Amino acid sequence: MDKTVNQKAWFLVLPVFLVVAFSAILPLMTVVNYSMQDTFGNNQFFWNGVGWFKELLDPSTDLGGRFLASLGRNLFFSAVILAIEVPLGIVVALSMPREGWSVAACLVILALPLLIPWNVVGTIWQIFGRPDIGLLGYTLNSLGINYNYVSNDFDAWATVIVMDVWHWTSLVALLCYAGLKSIPDAYYQAAQIDGASRWAVFTAIQLPKMNRVLLIAVLLRFMDSFMIYTEPFVVTGGGPGNSTTFVSIELVKIALGQFDLGKAAALSLVYNLIILIVCWIFYTVMTNAGADRAAKQGAA
Amino acid sequence: MARIDLVDLAHSYGGNDAAPESFALKPISMIWRQGGAYALLGPSGCGKTTLLNLISGIVTPSRGKILFDGADITPLSTQKRNIAQVFQFPVIYDTMTVGQNLAFPLKNRGVPKANIDARVKEIADLLDLTPYLKRKATRLTADAKQKISLGRGLVRSDVAAVLFDEPLTVIDPELKWQLRSKLKALHRELDLTMIYVTHDQTEALTFADTVVVMHDGRVVQSSTPAELFDKPAHTFVGYFIGSPGMNIVPAEVSGREARIDGHVIGLHRNYGVLPSSARIEIGVRPEFVDVAAPASGLLSATIERIDDLGRIRFARVRVGDAKFNARVPPGFSIPDNTAGLVFDPGHVHVYADSILVEGIA
Repeated sequence: MDKTVNQKAWFLVLPVFLVVAFSAILPLMTVVNYSMQDTFGNNQFFWNGVGWFKELLDPSTDLGGRFLASLGRNLFFSAVILAIEVPLGIVVALSMPREGWSVAACLVILALPLLIPWNVVGTIWQIFGRPDIGLLGYTLNSLGINYNYVSNDFDAWATVIVMDVWHWTSLVALLCYAGLKSIPDAYYQAAQIDGASRWAVFTAIQLPKMNRVLLIAVLLRFMDSFMIYTEPFVVTGGGPGNSTTFVSIELVKIALGQFDLGKAAALSLVYNLIILIVCWIFYTVMTNAGADRAAKQGAA
Repeated sequence: MARIDLVDLAHSYGGNDAAPESFALKPISMIWRQGGAYALLGPSGCGKTTLLNLISGIVTPSRGKILFDGADITPLSTQKRNIAQVFQFPVIYDTMTVGQNLAFPLKNRGVPKANIDARVKEIADLLDLTPYLKRKATRLTADAKQKISLGRGLVRSDVAAVLFDEPLTVIDPELKWQLRSKLKALHRELDLTMIYVTHDQTEALTFADTVVVMHDGRVVQSSTPAELFDKPAHTFVGYFIGSPGMNIVPAEVSGREARIDGHVIGLHRNYGVLPSSARIEIGVRPEFVDVAAPASGLLSATIERIDDLGRIRFARVRVGDAKFNARVPPGFSIPDNTAGLVFDPGHVHVYADSILVEGIA
């Protein structure tokens, strides 16, 4: 059969191509261009090759030191909130009712924090934690606990972490709840007949059946916390000192505070690369788990 | 291992006050002996799964009692009842190996490790699972998984009964046959009371030594497979069991004669005078009605079509308004659409309001 050649199809692709070009390719290339240059303002640029990238990875330089320190803080932050939110989310999901009107009530209450914009969450906690007028800060101080997130590193970290846990544990809980709901009743009945304890039911049935949604929850929470900007910026502004300055805050400081476009561009490219690599790892793990399942079903 | 007594057992999902006709299981009383192989057979919605879940304790009955070896276990939870159950779809503990899956019910009950290992090995041998014992259970096929579920049901030697809830639904037809004979062999080997729920008559008839046929929440007959075939106690059993099912035709019966469409068929038993208010029917399996060339002494029928089942041929015939299935004897060729029907009088049964009437020999 002869194929009809119709070049008009290209016109149909053109709008998408244009949108992608303007929204992704051109800005990215601009950043790549900046990352190779230095600027002193007035639109004057000087070629710097891979100089910024070398500095970024060298802790002895100012740029490298700041980047690596904020990266370390960021990874630590992600680890802490994952270690709290994932187990907490599972516990919340397990203790949720399975049927009746209370299910809807629980779901609505759980979903509420997720609907609040980031900077509003930040503002809520910023005021909530103030020692002079905030409910939390005032109460803690009148109980004799010297709490002040503006001056104390530990207090600042605690505030940022508790805020994130408050904001996002619901997400993990809702995902886990969906995972739990998909377990057929026969599993619980079989476990009952097999004489399984509550703990055995959790480790042998519930946890394995939740592993896919947990993987998604970990991915979402890791990416979100790794890119966190608004909430700590609103609450602590990255302080006291640099103690809660995460990579994104550092990036904005360099790009917009100091107007060092070259350094900022190099930093954002590396930042972007880290995120892509992590995504790729998760994607591979998840599709492998999926392929496993598909292979089993195919064999069945 | 236990004798199971059902005493006036009934259940309604709408609660005890629901209308008697709406009960999912109407009151039944039965005794199931220790070591028997029972099948609960009936179409979907007949109450057989309800009955099974009542015995396993997943559902608590609205009325009546269940006794295991004379002890009332009705209020006990599933765990305390000491029964095993295999479900319609395989239930596998994903993180465990096949061996660990089989050992799970024993481990939870604190059986010593040496005994667990010995028993798991025995069951794995019986189910041909030995090569897989160290493998993760999730990676196996659906039928291997169902074998593991079966194994978990059979692994405890002290259970009162092993309940099967249509366990072969997910299995390929060819393997179904194998697993069914395997189960039968296991039953002989392990001396466990087994109760098997199914809607598939072949499964029920090959597995069980007593088949309990259920219809609309009632037990309509409980007897051996042979008796279900030869002497159905209810017209429902007649047409539900057998393929094609029994011919049930309205007739007039008096003494040793039945009359269909004015034609007289001799009967082996004397039925005296049946109450005139009852709906009288005769039932005869297609295997016991032969098609013959039309003759004056035979009930004449119109042949509508012939179904060739390979080993045997059945003719679909019409007598007045009544439709019949009748056997076509080997080598018989049908000259035209009319034929005579030859009944085997020993296998013609009489039903009054769907219930078998025992005549006098």
